[in-house]
Amino acid sequence: MPRLVSHPDEVKIVTRRFGKGAAEIDRYIELGGYAAAKKCLAQGPDWIINEMKASGLRGRGGAGFPAGMKWSFVPKQSAKPKYVLVNGDESEPGTCKDHLIFLHDPHAVIEGTIIAGLAIGAKMGFIYLRGEYRYLLEIMEKAVADAYAKGFLGSKIFGSDTEFQVITQTGAGAYEVGEESALMESLEGKRGVPRIKPPFPAVVGLYGGPTVINNAETIASVPHVIEMGAAAYAAVGSPRNGGTRLFGISGHVERPGVYELPMGYNLKKMIYEVAGGVRGGRKLKAVVPGGSSTPVLLPEEIDIGMDFDQVGKAGSMLGSGGVVVIDDQTCIVEFALRTISFYQHESCGWCIPCREGTDWLKKSLTRFHAGFGEAKDIDNIQYLAENMMGRTFCPLGDAAAMPTLGFVKKFRKEFEEHLNGKPCPFAKHPQVAMV
Amino acid sequence: MNQETITLFSPKLAARLDALVLKYPLRRSALIPMLLYAQDEIGYLSDAVVAEVAERIGITELDVRNVATYYSMLRFKPAGKYNVQVCTNISCMLRGAYDLYERFQEELGIGHKGVTADGVFSLEEVECIGACCWAPAIQVNYDFHDELTPGHVPGIVAAYRGRAQSEEKVPHA
Repeated sequence: MPRLVSHPDEVKIVTRRFGKGAAEIDRYIELGGYAAAKKCLAQGPDWIINEMKASGLRGRGGAGFPAGMKWSFVPKQSAKPKYVLVNGDESEPGTCKDHLIFLHDPHAVIEGTIIAGLAIGAKMGFIYLRGEYRYLLEIMEKAVADAYAKGFLGSKIFGSDTEFQVITQTGAGAYEVGEESALMESLEGKRGVPRIKPPFPAVVGLYGGPTVINNAETIASVPHVIEMGAAAYAAVGSPRNGGTRLFGISGHVERPGVYELPMGYNLKKMIYEVAGGVRGGRKLKAVVPGGSSTPVLLPEEIDIGMDFDQVGKAGSMLGSGGVVVIDDQTCIVEFALRTISFYQHESCGWCIPCREGTDWLKKSLTRFHAGFGEAKDIDNIQYLAENMMGRTFCPLGDAAAMPTLGFVKKFRKEFEEHLNGKPCPFAKHPQVAMV
Repeated sequence: MNQETITLFSPKLAARLDALVLKYPLRRSALIPMLLYAQDEIGYLSDAVVAEVAERIGITELDVRNVATYYSMLRFKPAGKYNVQVCTNISCMLRGAYDLYERFQEELGIGHKGVTADGVFSLEEVECIGACCWAPAIQVNYDFHDELTPGHVPGIVAAYRGRAQSEEKVPHA
């Protein structure tokens, strides 16, 4: 069972029921659960969407798009059924927050899905979990069955005339399926290849119907927004970044874990106080602030508030909130290689700049790390990555190129130290090529 | 379902798959879970499994293969009874995943995607499994093992070997 951590600076909203047995429906109700859904049922769609807009809740998957705004794009009238789709494909390296939500608070996901459904006028919601999360899928399936048994799901939810069904779904191993249109393809029983946009999912989505897709953490935050009131929720975070975030701090820290902190919480403080500092008293070398796809930050760049706008201003992204801390004993070339190996493995191969770009970047970095690099390779790596940016249908190409550019630009000296057959000053493990 | 179906899948799995196709607005949405659940029982996607799934969904075998080859958890060759999946992605790598992976290779005497001669274990280096804050982590089939050191490896291997032996004595019901 994954270890839960705690720190006095935490503001426990989404995690407030963690470790309290809330996977059991009666316990969830005892802890205030399903009251928000009932309230939303009484208040109606316009009220819900206004609350969501006022809350400042932005998409927790990485893009940070305002959730209320996303919901408002769904047409009120639609010939085809509308759907809510919960993205629990959590696959961004450095990210394991949804893991804990499904484990400790599955009903919050269901309740958030119901509220999203009420807001857009959908009668059906899907909760998609990555295939590796089988034990969590089983927890979700039990929670869904319990919610049906109580009449919170079904043809007359909470004794009203409103229908809402929830269907759980498993993936089978694919990072790309975390991209919203690829997720819909996968749910339709196809290869997880992205769709061309527009049309956007809010207009033409799952089975061709208008669809709202939200990250599991976003959805699990929704009942709390309703419960606290939009203004109170917004006040917890920083301007235009409402509420809290489940920051997963991993890598070379003393106390790794998932901590719920207000949006805008200082990154330096997060590493040195909340997570107990760099392991073994070593020096900090770099921080990947929001999952493997976000550009690396140097120690002198981390005195920033962790919200979408401030991390953006610092030249990176808040992403999925996965903070990966790297100490001074780590080879950045090897780290860059491991990062690009992942994206090369996960590229679906549809767009050529991504398929070829990730492959060539992996080849270049493998050769480079093995000590066979040439000075021009450093510029070539940068050139390759720059030419992937913005040239693919989905963000996977950017997700591979952005961190690579960051490593090359900020650690050029370390790349140069690998030149001319010099052995990697850090290397212990030659990378195994995965098939 | 025909006689062959009954012999291919256990009655329990067959019943589960019967229900699965009715779960979604579109039958085809059952494809990926169906392949995974079939693989859980049979061990891999054999030709017979592919044919059976194609028939149940109502698509061609080629279409089934086209989809199945996309997903990294689906396989067309048998794995060990216990498939050890070691994550070596960044968060795990920083906390010693490669040492852990090497120790598993030594202990099991196999490499990436290898299967032990007795068929009890297979080994795989995998991408992020969503346990970054409890790194390094592995999965044995669907079970997570968190915060490991190479020293944990012999114990984990012995525990699963013991389980395999005790299950051999009591054949599947």
